[in-house]
Amino acid sequence: MRPAQLRDHERELYAFHARIGVAGFAVLVAFALLFARFFYLQVVQHDLYASRAEENRISIVPLAPNRGLILDRNGVVLARNYSAYTLEIAPAQVRDLERTIDELGDIVDIQPKDRSRFRKLLAETRSAESLPVRTRLSDEEVARFAANRYRFPGVEIKARLFRQYPHGDIASHVIGYIGRISTRDQERLEELGVGANYRGTDFIGKAGVEASHQDELHGTTGFEQVEIDAAGRGIRTLSRTLAQPGNNVTLTIDIRLQEVAERLFGERRGALVALEPATGAVLAFVSKPGFDPNLFVDGIDSASWADLNNSPDRPLNNRAIAGLYPPGSTFKPYMALAALELGKRTPNSAIHDPGYFEFGGRRFRDSRPGGNGYVDLYRSIVVSSDTFYYQLANDLGIDAIAGFMKHFGFGSKTGIDLEGEATGVLPSPEWKMKRFRRPEQQKWYAGETISIGIGQGYNAYTPAQLALAVATLANNGAVFRPRLADHVENQRTGERRAVEPQLVRRIPLKEEHVEFVKRAMAGVNREGTGARAFAAAPYTSAGKTGTAQLVGIRQNEKYDERKVSERLRDHSLFIAFAPVESPRIALAAVVENAGFGARAAAPLVRAVLDYYLLGKVPEAQRRPPPEPDTEEEGD
Amino acid sequence: MELGQLQLRRAALRLGDGIDGTLLATALALVGVGLVTLYSASYDAPARVSGQLLNLTIALAAMWIAARVPPETLMRFALPAYAIGLALLVAVALFGDVVNGARRWLHVGVTRFQPSEMMKLALPLMLAWYFHRNESTLRLRDFGVGALLLAVPVLLIAKQPDLGTAALVAAAGFYVIFLAGIGWRVLVTLAVLSAASLLPLWGLLHDYQRRRFLTLLDPTQDPLGAGYHTIQSTIAVGSGGIVGKGWLQGTQAHLEFIPERQTDFIFAVFSEEFGLIGNCLLLALYALLVGRGLMIAAHAASFFSRLLAGAVTLMFFTYAFVNMGMVSGILPVVGVPLPFVSYGGTALATLFVGVGILMSIHRHRRLVPT
Repeated sequence: MRPAQLRDHERELYAFHARIGVAGFAVLVAFALLFARFFYLQVVQHDLYASRAEENRISIVPLAPNRGLILDRNGVVLARNYSAYTLEIAPAQVRDLERTIDELGDIVDIQPKDRSRFRKLLAETRSAESLPVRTRLSDEEVARFAANRYRFPGVEIKARLFRQYPHGDIASHVIGYIGRISTRDQERLEELGVGANYRGTDFIGKAGVEASHQDELHGTTGFEQVEIDAAGRGIRTLSRTLAQPGNNVTLTIDIRLQEVAERLFGERRGALVALEPATGAVLAFVSKPGFDPNLFVDGIDSASWADLNNSPDRPLNNRAIAGLYPPGSTFKPYMALAALELGKRTPNSAIHDPGYFEFGGRRFRDSRPGGNGYVDLYRSIVVSSDTFYYQLANDLGIDAIAGFMKHFGFGSKTGIDLEGEATGVLPSPEWKMKRFRRPEQQKWYAGETISIGIGQGYNAYTPAQLALAVATLANNGAVFRPRLADHVENQRTGERRAVEPQLVRRIPLKEEHVEFVKRAMAGVNREGTGARAFAAAPYTSAGKTGTAQLVGIRQNEKYDERKVSERLRDHSLFIAFAPVESPRIALAAVVENAGFGARAAAPLVRAVLDYYLLGKVPEAQRRPPPEPDTEEEGD
Repeated sequence: MELGQLQLRRAALRLGDGIDGTLLATALALVGVGLVTLYSASYDAPARVSGQLLNLTIALAAMWIAARVPPETLMRFALPAYAIGLALLVAVALFGDVVNGARRWLHVGVTRFQPSEMMKLALPLMLAWYFHRNESTLRLRDFGVGALLLAVPVLLIAKQPDLGTAALVAAAGFYVIFLAGIGWRVLVTLAVLSAASLLPLWGLLHDYQRRRFLTLLDPTQDPLGAGYHTIQSTIAVGSGGIVGKGWLQGTQAHLEFIPERQTDFIFAVFSEEFGLIGNCLLLALYALLVGRGLMIAAHAASFFSRLLAGAVTLMFFTYAFVNMGMVSGILPVVGVPLPFVSYGGTALATLFVGVGILMSIHRHRRLVPT
C-alpha cells in the first residue's frame, strides 16, 4: 500500500505542479494583455487621450457684454449703465433662505420690499444661479459684509452694471425698460436660436426701445476658457475672448421737445406723436401718464407694481400705439380729400346746413345746433361741419371710404419700431363680418356709414396712426414708416449705421386736391376752430380739431360717480403740421376727457410747435432752465 | 545543539518568526505605491494617508497572527465558515436590505454587511477542505460535488443581483477545482457548455447589467452615466503617456474627473502620473507576489495547503487584473479594489490575512526537498 500511495502522492504532486505552471502561464498572459492595453493607450493613442484630458478640464464661461446706451437725437443720454455693488444669493447653495436673509438684515439694510422682490425673482428667473437681495450697497455696507462673509456661504457681493434712466418718467414709453430674463424670454430666445449669445446675460429689454432694439443694444457675448474641476469650479483662466458691447442706439426723439410736450400734458392723460413728414422720424412720442422705468431695473417690488398695474390711469399702457380713439373731426380732411379724388365733390360743392342730416327717418345732429348755414368744401373743414360729412359719407359709401382711408394707414399698424402696437379699426363690411359672430350683427347698415364720415362710429385708431396720416398728408401722399431709431453706433469703433427713412408707399393723389385740403387746414388755424389757439403764430400751420366720444380704452373700475363722469367726457384731439409750405413737423395729440379739440389739444399742439419751430419754452416751464443729462436726476 | 542556545535563538527570532521576507517586501512595496498615489489622490483629504497608515498597522498585525495559525487549524474553520456564509446568503435573499435595486446587505445590529464578501474566502476554504478530505479517491463525482458547492453560493449572489462579486467568488472556487486536478476534457466540455448557455442567460440579465455590458463594449454610448467612469479613467491612463505627468501633476485626478480615485479607481491616478513605466513596475510587483505565492503553493505540505495557497495567490492576481482591466477599459466596472494599493481598511486587512495564510503555509511546508 505504502509505495503505491507514495507513487500516487508523487504523481499527484506532479499534476499539481503542472497546474501551478499553467496558472502561472495564464497570469503572465493576462499581464501581457494588460501591458498591451497600457501600451496601446499610453503610447499609440497617447496624443488623443492627452488632448481629451486637456479639453476635459477646460470650460467655456460666458462674459456678458455691456448694454449699449440709448441717446436722443442730440446725444443726450436716455439710458445708461452704472456700476454698483449688489448682495447676491445663490439659492442652490443656501439651505434656509429666509433665515439667511434675516441674518443678512443685521449687516446690511434689507427692506420688506427687497425681500418680496427677491421672492418674485426667485419664482420668475430662469436658472437660479445668483439673485440680488439688495442692490446699490453703500461702501460701508460692502465693508461690513466683507467682514462677516465667512458666515454666509452662497452669499456674495458682486459689482454689476445697472441700467439707469436719468430722465425718470420722461419718454418712459419710448425708452421702455429692461428686466431679468424670464423663463418665457428664455424660451423665445431659444426659439430664435440666439440662446447661446444670452448665456451670462441677466437682463433683457421688456418694453419700449429697450425691447424693440434689444438685438442692437445687447452686443455679443464673450467667452473665457477656464480650467475647471469635474464639479465645474473654476480654477484659473486660460484664455479670454472679450465681449463686444452692444451698440449705442440714437433716437430721432428730441428729449427737450419730448419734455416740453410731456409737461404740457401735466396731470392729464393722453398721447402725442410728432413726426418729421419727409423721413418718418419720430420727434416726440408722448403717452401720459408715464412711469419711472428705474423701478423695473433690479426687479420691481410688488407694491410699486400693484400701484402701476391697478391705477385707473393705466400708466403702463402705451396710449400712443395701443390706445384706440375715434378720430372725431380730425377725420374730415381725409374725407374731403377722398371726395375730391373720387370725384364726389368739387371745391365748389356746397350745401345749406340746417343743423342735421336726415337718413332713413333718423336725424344725425350737427355739433352746432342750428347748423353752419352755407357750407362749401373749404368751410366744411374750417368750421368742421358735421352735416356736410354725414351727407358725403352717405354719397361715398362705406367701401369707398374704407378703400381710400387704408392708404393713409388708418386701421393698420404703422410699423413703428416698438412692440405692442394695436391695429385699430377701419370700419368696413368685411371688418364687421370678421369682428362679429351673429349674422344680424355681421350685416353692415347704411346708417352706420353716416357717423363714420365724422370720425365716429366704429372708427378707432391709435395716435400714431393719426400722426402718420397727417404726416402723409403734409408729405403729399408719401407714407414714411415712423421710426424711433436714427442710427446705431458701435461703441468701440465708433462706426455708425444709419436707419434709413423707409418709404412705405406713395399714394397717387392729385396735387391740386392735396393743396386744397392743406389750404383748408391752414384756414382752420387762421380763421376756424383752431384760430384762437394759433392766434399770432409767426409761422404758418395747418390743423384740424377733433372731439371724440369715449369708446376707446375701457376702464375696469368700480362705479364712482365723480370719476366716471369725468372719464366719460369727450376726448380732445388735434392734428397739425407746420410750416404749411414745407412741413417740418406733423403731429397728432389726444387729451383724454378734455372736451372740445379746440379747448385742450389745440393749445397744447401750438405750444409744442412754438418750441420746435421757434425754440420757445412754454411760460409755465420757463423757470428751471432745462439741463440735459444731469447726474442727480436718476435716483 | 544546546537547549538554552536554541531557546535564545528562538526568542530572538520570535517576532520575525514565520514571516516570509519576499512576500512581505512585495506587499509593502505595493502599499508604498498606494500611499504615494493616495497622497496625490487625496489632496483635499490629507487625513486619508495617515488613515491608511493606521490601516496598514492593523493589517500587519492581522497578518502576523494569521502567519501563526497552522493550516490544520484553518481546515477546521472551513465547514462552519461555509455553512454560516451560505445561511447568511439565504437570509439576505429572504430578509436583506435593498440598496440601489439590489438585495445585498444584511442588518447586523446597527451595521450592515455583505455575506457575499465572506464567501470570497469561505468558498475556497471549503473546497480545499473537501478535496483534501477526499484526496486519495478524487473522481469526477467529487468535482461534481465541488461544482455544486461552488454553484449554490455563486447563484445566490448572482441573484441579488451582484454579478461582479459572483464572478469573483466563482473564480476563487474555480481555482481550487482547477488546481485540484479536474480533467482537461471535463474543463473544455464545461467551457463549451457554459459558453453555449451564455446566450439564454442574456435574457435573464437585468437591464442595468446588460447596459453595463454594452457600455463596456462602447463606453461612449453613455458618457454621462455608466460609461463615465470608464471614459474618464481611460483618458487618465492614456494621457499619462510613457513617463506620466509626474507625481501630483495628474489633471484628471486633481480636477476630480476620476471618480472613486482613492479606492477602486486609484490605478487611474497612478497610471496618469507615472505612465507606462509606473504601470510596468506595478505589474512586476504583482508578478513577483503571485510568483512567490505559487512557489509557496508548490512547496506546501498538504493538499489542503497547496489548494488554499494556490487559490489565495490567484485571487491576488485576479483582483489586480480585474481592477487594472476595468480602469483601462477592457473589463466591466465591478467593485474591486486594487489589492494593497487602494485605500480601505477592510480590504487591506483581508489581503494581509491572505498573505499571513501564505506565510503560515510556507512555514509548514514539506521539509523534504524535491
